[in-house]
Amino acid sequence: MEAVTVPEVQPRSGEDALLEVRDLRTRFSLRGSFFDRLRGREAGSVKAVDGVSFSLQRGEVLGVVGESGSGKTTLGRTLLGLAAATDGSIKFEGHEITGLSENAFRPLRRRLQIVFQDPHASLNPAMTIGESVGHPLKIHGVARTREEIESRVVEALERVGLAPAQQYMVKYPTDLSGGQKQRAVLARAIILGPDILIADEPVSMLDMSVRAKILELMIDLKRELDLTYVYITHDLATAKFFCDRIAIMYLGKIVEIGPAKEIYADPKHPYTVSLLKAIPEPDPTRTVPRDLPRGEVPDAVTPPLGCSFHPRCPRAFEVCGWESRDLRALLEARWTRMPEAEYRAEREVIGSLESLDEPAMSAVVEPASGHSAGEVLEIVDRLRADAPDDPFWTGVADLAERDGAVAIRFHDGLDPRDVESGQSRLQCHLYDPDALAAAEAVRDERRSNDRPPSDRGMAD
Amino acid sequence: MSEVVLDVRELRAWYGTEGDPVRAVDGVSFEIRSGETLGLVGESGCGKSTLGRTILGLLPEGSATSGEIRYRDRNLLAVSPKEVRSLRGPDLGLIFQEPMTRLDPLVTIEHHFMETLNAHEPDLSHREKRTRSLEALAAMGIPPTRFKQYPHEFSGGMRQRIMIALALVLNPKVLVADEPTTALDVIVEGQILGILADLRRNFDTALLLITHNLGIVAEACDRVAVMYAGRIVEQGGARNVFAEPAHPYTRALLDSIISLGTTGLKYIPGAPPSLIDPPPACRFHPRCPNAMEVCAAKFPIQVDVAEGHSTECWLHGPQEEIPPGGDQPLEREEIAIAEEA
Repeated sequence: MEAVTVPEVQPRSGEDALLEVRDLRTRFSLRGSFFDRLRGREAGSVKAVDGVSFSLQRGEVLGVVGESGSGKTTLGRTLLGLAAATDGSIKFEGHEITGLSENAFRPLRRRLQIVFQDPHASLNPAMTIGESVGHPLKIHGVARTREEIESRVVEALERVGLAPAQQYMVKYPTDLSGGQKQRAVLARAIILGPDILIADEPVSMLDMSVRAKILELMIDLKRELDLTYVYITHDLATAKFFCDRIAIMYLGKIVEIGPAKEIYADPKHPYTVSLLKAIPEPDPTRTVPRDLPRGEVPDAVTPPLGCSFHPRCPRAFEVCGWESRDLRALLEARWTRMPEAEYRAEREVIGSLESLDEPAMSAVVEPASGHSAGEVLEIVDRLRADAPDDPFWTGVADLAERDGAVAIRFHDGLDPRDVESGQSRLQCHLYDPDALAAAEAVRDERRSNDRPPSDRGMAD
Repeated sequence: MSEVVLDVRELRAWYGTEGDPVRAVDGVSFEIRSGETLGLVGESGCGKSTLGRTILGLLPEGSATSGEIRYRDRNLLAVSPKEVRSLRGPDLGLIFQEPMTRLDPLVTIEHHFMETLNAHEPDLSHREKRTRSLEALAAMGIPPTRFKQYPHEFSGGMRQRIMIALALVLNPKVLVADEPTTALDVIVEGQILGILADLRRNFDTALLLITHNLGIVAEACDRVAVMYAGRIVEQGGARNVFAEPAHPYTRALLDSIISLGTTGLKYIPGAPPSLIDPPPACRFHPRCPNAMEVCAAKFPIQVDVAEGHSTECWLHGPQEEIPPGGDQPLEREEIAIAEEA
């Protein structure tokens, strides 16, 4: 067993940021149906990266953490020009690099390199390890003679621990284990002497027993070669070990960013809190956590209104962006807990649920034919009585029978904006005084409405 | 204590290759009781998935097995393939890793359930089948409103829940889950582990949970079996094994976990051995920090270190079997840094 302690790495202050990202957006348009195109209708787009800002100091390790669909991989690809930014700016040493042509970008790739998740897919199976690792030298015309290429390949391989290099150079990817392949990929990434290395889940395909070794190698390379890392991962445990700062992404946005120490000791965004809680710990006295957020990351094509996390958030309140789809989710969750016969009885009363799928700040639940709005209202009342403390109900401004249906109006939702707390920056209404004040105003109004009419005039 | 549903004795499963056979499972014994979860852990290539497949009779052609898998009164290795097939589903359920690829994209969820129930419980009425299916789905948190939807309309986590519901709708006595959460996000993984934990309480199913993640074992399993190079090197109650790991491999595996509480990076030097030609005697001795002379010379004997907690390691004796001088530290070649998995 070999233990290694990781040196404290402090970003050097006083220097200008190596990479400065401002309000970056990357969108992918969706291919609509044939008829949509005939009618000239847009099929919509996925906002994979949706207004992301951060700066990266030389020598720093920034962890970008999120679940699948958070946009973390697209962010990494956009930084490297592998996906085109739709909007916003990326400055590398003060120079704008968005919108550069492939030809103009190419020289920059000597300084910005990437390591992908799957080491097997990253190496050409028809090339020897030596050829693969030396390939960037040829592409960028850095070394021309065979001897020069070979000596640099040997140096890179030995630096990543594939020694003696002569033994590994002649091998093909299939001859190597997963960890060895990832070492070879790292050798290829450092051979041009880059400044920034973007590592996209570099250890998540590897066995637990080798992850530590590859992380240790990355720490050594950083120190020896003065690298700056963007470490993209879903795993807050490895990020804790490795990163100076952490950015938590959810549906294309950075919801919390701050010094790693602060994020782990005092996570603020409810999403960060749940991510930390969900990590399985090798401690048998701990049982599976029960209070995890419900559901999964929603579809990025039609993200939730207001705060994207509100449908899953245990601490959501009045102004977080409640909407029609939340009602459908709540109804479905209720039906999931019911015996089939009771579910059928309730389902028969309510007409189409699809009308709730269109995101809206109000919802109309129509009764099915042969049923009345009163019956629908009864179901909604039961839904409320079942879970009166569900955050959903804080968002309901008005619920009444209207025009033969049940109409619900929600409080105006606010889009979260950046707020500072401690040394972190986050997007959560719980930390935004204006959002809290707006919610308080909503509560005041509700209290005054709840009072009997005779008192109302005398209150103010 | 509840009854033993699955009793595996001296199980071997070998794959044929052009040269010598791959001894993926090489003399493994364990039992699982109803309502119990046994976690089977080890690195890639230790034989844990093969072990799961052997129990279900799903080994490819050209493989050979020996030993016993006692399920109720039968030895599953001795009965006809047809009988094993009829047991698979209602008695022996399975959940695979990749939920994306295991559902038929062309048919609805309802169709998947009806097909399963038609095959195994044809006597149920259509209505009963429907009720059973909706109950199984509801237990996994899938709303009944989505019964007639197609697999692509569900997220990865939901598909994995549908797969679990599809296995549970037949109320299997034994459920083999091979890395059921590996492809999923951490929060969804937590949700599914919660469901699996409820399962053993509510359904009395015996669950064999195959995973490389010891964190999952700690949180979701009653007992744990640690596999290395085709052998179970240690097994016992999860709490015991985690608190006092007896085998140096278990200790190393526990140390290599990177969790929020980790303060130093640790790893196991070297790589798991080839299963065609594993090291003689104790298979872990070339990587073992505590290796003694005897470890390279004599196959270790299983010993009990505590009640229901056993290991195969000379450090725990039996002393009388260790030849004189056998407890001297083993001189070993140094393992190169890149010799790894």
